[in-house]
Amino acid sequence: MEVTIRIKRQNPEMPGKEKPYWQEFVLKDVEPTDRLLEMLHRIKWEQDGTLTLRRSCAHGVCGSDAMRINGVNHLACKVLMKDLGPKVTVEPILGLPVIKDLVVDMEPFFAHYRSIMPFFVNDTPLPEDGRERRQSQADREVFDDTTKCILCACCTTSCPSFWANGKYVGPAAIVQAHRFIFDTRDQAWEDRINILAEPNGVWRCRTVYNCTPACPREIQVTRAIGEVKLAIRRRKREGIVNTKDVVIAAPGG
Amino acid sequence: MKVHKHEVIVVGAGGAGLMAALYASKGGADVAVVSKLYPTRSHTGTAQGGIGAALGNLDDDSPLYHAYDTVKGGDWLADQNAAMVLAEGAIEAVIELEHMGLPFDRTPEGKISQRRFGGHTSEFGKQLVRRACHAADRTGHMILQTLYQQCIKKDVNFFDEFQVVDLLMNQGQAVGVVAIQLGTGDFHIFHGKAVIFASGGWGRCWNVTSNAHSMTGDGAAISLRRGIPMQDMEFFQFHPTGIYKMGILITEGVRGEGGVLINGKGERFMEKYAPSVKDLASRDVVSRAIYDEIKKGNGVKGKDYVYLDVRPETVNRFFAEEGKKDRIDAAYVEKKLPDILDFCRTYLGVDPVHEPMPIQPTAHYAMGGIPTNVRAEVVIDENWTVVPGLYAAGETACVSCHGANRLGTNSLVDLVVFGRISGIRAAEYVRGVDWTPLPADAGKEIEAEFKRIRTSKGKTKPYELRARMQQVMMDNVGVYRTAETLQKAADEIATLRERFLTDISIDDQGYKFNTDLMEAWELGCLLDLAEVTALSALNRTESRGAHSRDDYPKRDDENWLVHTLIYREGHARDPKYTLNTKKKVDRSLEATDPRFAPKVRVY
Repeated sequence: MEVTIRIKRQNPEMPGKEKPYWQEFVLKDVEPTDRLLEMLHRIKWEQDGTLTLRRSCAHGVCGSDAMRINGVNHLACKVLMKDLGPKVTVEPILGLPVIKDLVVDMEPFFAHYRSIMPFFVNDTPLPEDGRERRQSQADREVFDDTTKCILCACCTTSCPSFWANGKYVGPAAIVQAHRFIFDTRDQAWEDRINILAEPNGVWRCRTVYNCTPACPREIQVTRAIGEVKLAIRRRKREGIVNTKDVVIAAPGG
Repeated sequence: MKVHKHEVIVVGAGGAGLMAALYASKGGADVAVVSKLYPTRSHTGTAQGGIGAALGNLDDDSPLYHAYDTVKGGDWLADQNAAMVLAEGAIEAVIELEHMGLPFDRTPEGKISQRRFGGHTSEFGKQLVRRACHAADRTGHMILQTLYQQCIKKDVNFFDEFQVVDLLMNQGQAVGVVAIQLGTGDFHIFHGKAVIFASGGWGRCWNVTSNAHSMTGDGAAISLRRGIPMQDMEFFQFHPTGIYKMGILITEGVRGEGGVLINGKGERFMEKYAPSVKDLASRDVVSRAIYDEIKKGNGVKGKDYVYLDVRPETVNRFFAEEGKKDRIDAAYVEKKLPDILDFCRTYLGVDPVHEPMPIQPTAHYAMGGIPTNVRAEVVIDENWTVVPGLYAAGETACVSCHGANRLGTNSLVDLVVFGRISGIRAAEYVRGVDWTPLPADAGKEIEAEFKRIRTSKGKTKPYELRARMQQVMMDNVGVYRTAETLQKAADEIATLRERFLTDISIDDQGYKFNTDLMEAWELGCLLDLAEVTALSALNRTESRGAHSRDDYPKRDDENWLVHTLIYREGHARDPKYTLNTKKKVDRSLEATDPRFAPKVRVY
C-alpha cells in the first residue's frame, strides 16, 4: 500500500526552518505489519537524511521513540501501519522543548523523575544469613504494574495538566514513586508521599485519563496516581492497592 | 575542545557500565559515565528471562555446577578461572541486586524465584536445574532500572547523549576518551586516570538481529583502531528463537516454562538433537538444529522458520509424556511471560496462548571482544600483558567466561559480576597513580575523520553499504560457514570499507543532533568489526560452539584450545591484520578436577 506521512519538523540551524513546519513524504510498498519506526527510517535513509529522531531497541522496551502519532502518543516502534491508515501525522511529544524535528529536550522530564526519590531505601541491617530480604509474592504483586515503566514520557506528555504547567511532576514520576511507595521492603514511602503532596505533586492530576491509553506498557497509570492520592489522604500504604489472588505455585519437579 | 577531568571514565550506561560506576564511586573515585543513550535506553533493558545464580532456592545447586555448565556451554573454550569467578560472583551479585531493591519474583517462602534455562544443570549435566532468577520476563529491565536508580542515589556524574568516538592513549596508558555531545555536535575530551569500556555488542553487523539499532560496537571498534586486539571474534551467538523476519527475541524462558520447538511436520524435533534436555540444549545446538530441519525441508510451509509452541495443551501433553507432574494454564503463561505475549500480539497478530509462534535464529550476542583478565583489565597478548588504566566489562569484553557459546542468563551475570569488578579495580588503580597528561593533539585525528564524513561528496548513502554488509554477514558468516563463504565475506567487507572511505555522502550538514552523521560513523565501526569477525572465522579451521564450519565439522582440541587474537595496524584505508593463536585457554579447574576436561558435548 501507499502511505503519506506528514511530519512536523523544525531545525534551529537551518535558515527558514527554525520554526515548526509540516513536510509530507510518500512511501510505496508499505506492508500492513511494518512498524512506523521502519517507515521513518525509510524516509531518513532513502529520502531525507536530515530527518531526526531518537530510537534504539525498536521493539517497545527502551522508550526512545515516543512521539505523537495521529494525535496520540505512542512509541513509533510499537505501532503498525495497518493501524494508522493511509495518511499519518507524526509530531514531537508535547510539553517539552523541541531540539530538532522529533527530538525533544528530555531533561525537564528526568528532573521530575529524580525529584521523587526514585531509588530503593532500606537502612535496616541486612539478613544475617547474608541472603535476600524476604517478600511474599502477594506483596511483590502489589507494585508489579508500575515496575514496567520505561520512562518513555508518553504519559506525561499526553497530560493536559503537564502541558499547562511544566512544574507538575507528571504521571511518569508518580508511577515511579508508586513502585517504591507500595514496595513493603522500602522505608522512604512517607518522604515520597510528602513530596507528592506538595502543590506540584499528585493534586495537579485532574483525572483526565489521557495517560493510561498512552502507556505503551499498558500500565494503569491513572489508577496508580489514584492509589498514591489515597495513600496521602490516609497516611498509610497498607490495604490501598486491591490485591487479587496472586499467589502462583512454582512449577514442581 | 572542552576538557572534563574525572578519575574514572565509564563508557556506556548499560548494566556493566552502571555497575562499574556504582562500585568505582563506592571505592571513592570521581566517576563520569559517558553514554550515547539515556542510561535507561541501554540494551540491558531488553534482557528477558533471568540472571543465573546458584542460590539453590528451589533445587540443590552449587557455583561449581554453574561453572561447569558455563564451560561446557562454551564448548571448553571458556577460561575456567573466569567461569568460576562468574559462577561464584553471581550469587553475591544477585543478592546485592535484591538488597538494592530489585523486584524479583518470589517463591512461596518469599525467596527469589528461579526457573529453568538452556544448558543449566546440576551435578555436572545430570538434570536441569532452576537457576535463572527472574522478574517476570523483564529481568534486564529491572536490573537496568535498579542500577540507574542507585546511581541517582549516589549522585554519579552522567553525561547522557555524549557519544564516545575515540580512545586517548599516552605513554602506553589509557588517559581518556573523546566524545561528541549529540545535542550540540561539540567535541569533548574526558581526561581520566582509568577508562572502562562497557559499550555493548555489535549485532547490527547482521540483518536479522535481536539487537537495538544502537548496538554498533563503538567501543570495540575504537579500541581496535588504537591497537587493542579483538579476541574470539568468530564466536557470535545466534539465538534460536527470534520472531520470524524481525529478529525480536523470544526468551529461552518460554522453553524454560515448558515451551517446545515444532517443525513443519508437527514434530518436536529437538528430541533428535539433544535427547536428554531437548529444547533446553544450549543455544548454538538449538540454532543449528533449526537450520538442519529447514535444510531437510521441515520448515513450516516450506519456509525458513519453525514454531515455538507454548500453548498450555501442547506443554501439558509433553509434560505428561515425560512423566512430569507440572501442568500449566493460560493464566500461568500470561503471568510468567507477559512481554513475550505482548510482542507476539503486537508484531505478529499471533496470540501464543492459542497459536504457535513463528521463529528463526537471530544474531544476538558477541562472545568475543576486548580481551581482559578476571580483574577486567584489558590485556593485549598471550602473556596477558595489561594496558595500564584500561578496563572492559560486559558484552564488549571477552574475559572469556563464555568461550565459544554463551549460556542463557550468563550475559546478565557477566555484566553485574565483571562490571562490579571493573569498578572496584579501577577505583583502586586511580588511588595509586598520578595523572598522565593527554597526548599532544588529543582529539584532532577523530575531528578530522568526522570532517571527512561530513564533507565527503561520494555517490553512496551509508545505509546502502550497511544493508549490503548486513546481508553479506547473514549469508556468509551466519550459523554455518565455510572457507569459501568466509573469504567471500572478508573480500566484500573490504570493498565496502573502501567505499565507505571514498564514496559516501550524507544529507545533514548541521551540528545539533546530527544522527545522519553519527549513523555514518557507526557504520565504519560495524564494518571494522565485521571484517575482523570474518577473518577470525576464516582462520579457525574447526567447529566449536557458535562457530560451525561445514568444511571442518569436528572440534579440534589438539590445535584449537586457544583464543584468537586479531590485531589491526596501519592506516584506516589499508589496514594490516595479524592473527595470533598462542593464547591458551585457562584450564585451572580441570587441573584439580578431571570432570572439567573437554569431552564430547552432548545435551
